[in-house]
Amino acid sequence: MGELVWILLSAMVVNNFTLAYFLGLCPFMGVSARVSTALRLGLADIFVLVIASVCAWFLNTFILPYAPYLRLISFIVVIASLVQIVEMVIKKVSPVLFRQLGIYLPLITTNCAILGLAIFQTNRGYNLLEGLFFAVGGGLGLTLALVLMASIRESSEMADVPALAKGMALVLIIAGSLSLAFMGFAGLLSSS
Amino acid sequence: MSKTSPQQDFFRGIWRENPVLIQMLGLCPALAVSNTLENSLVMGIATFFVLTGSSLLVSIVKKAVPGEVRISTYILIIATFVTVADMTLEALVPDIHKALGAFVALIVVNCMILGRQEAFASKNPVGRSLLDAFGTGFGFIIAMVMMGSIREILGTGALLGMKVIPGPFEPWVIFILPPGGFLTLGFWLLLFGWIEKRRVERARVREWPHGVGAREEAA
Repeated sequence: MGELVWILLSAMVVNNFTLAYFLGLCPFMGVSARVSTALRLGLADIFVLVIASVCAWFLNTFILPYAPYLRLISFIVVIASLVQIVEMVIKKVSPVLFRQLGIYLPLITTNCAILGLAIFQTNRGYNLLEGLFFAVGGGLGLTLALVLMASIRESSEMADVPALAKGMALVLIIAGSLSLAFMGFAGLLSSS
Repeated sequence: MSKTSPQQDFFRGIWRENPVLIQMLGLCPALAVSNTLENSLVMGIATFFVLTGSSLLVSIVKKAVPGEVRISTYILIIATFVTVADMTLEALVPDIHKALGAFVALIVVNCMILGRQEAFASKNPVGRSLLDAFGTGFGFIIAMVMMGSIREILGTGALLGMKVIPGPFEPWVIFILPPGGFLTLGFWLLLFGWIEKRRVERARVREWPHGVGAREEAA
């Protein structure tokens, strides 16, 4: 059990997908202007990550041993169709949620965090349960980073930033500081 | 159809529409594996290969691909080239391949590559698509080198393993760690913003040598 909790914590804060592995940077830069949208995107991410983790485990266990060179291609096909299916199911089951997620669901297909999760999970040889904890931890970490970034950006709108630094440069430097702060969590690794 | 000349197809990707530095595409590899110049170069070349190959193939088969499934088709084509690049790197430079890790496979989801297919290769003839891919690919390599050299020099005091900062130098380790990626790109953008601002100001002074300040103060 301790091992599983550790996988979750490690994916969430110590090796945060966005701030340490640079996965899912497009939404991190693009959709992080408002806390409410950031939160919604984060939740959609967790959802897709968990399903993708199960699918990747299934492919790894039952299909890919026979054709290892198809790994990348099959992952990306499965992820793309998965997002499509999830979108259709949500539309049918809960139109309200579908409207709230809006454009973010299809965007998740090209979110490198999903493919990254599948590849990391394979490289580290996680089993089904470990993969699930990894996915939830990674998703929570993404959400955390998105929401933190969005709240800093919301507050910095009122701040007196030099005109030169407004826009992407400011976002990148904030991200750098956040990443620096998250490196502090690496201490968890040595103490446990 | 766009009405650009072949030279423009090639050069615009290198600087004016540089994928990383101007359009902010393909940030994931640009930040993640740019911690040394060697890694940056290999990543840049691999991406260049995938981009050129996919652009070539997409512009050849563009008429045969139905509109509804074009994105999935492009992704499949890109994934095929990435698999080739992945296996080639593993065979030729196993150490660097190991250092790049999952990020070689992640070239598939580099939005820069899919972006060029959707925006250019799917609408233009083969020759021009190739030129466009060359330009964008070179632009990416240039950006990777700019990131990688700064990070390696500041983070280790050396470049390609050779010491470049003379005398005793305490390496700023933070630059080869993840935060350094964000900060380096942030400072490059600040520098470009400053250069652009100076250019605009000088152009304005040339246009109105007298009285610009007065007009601005009034406004």
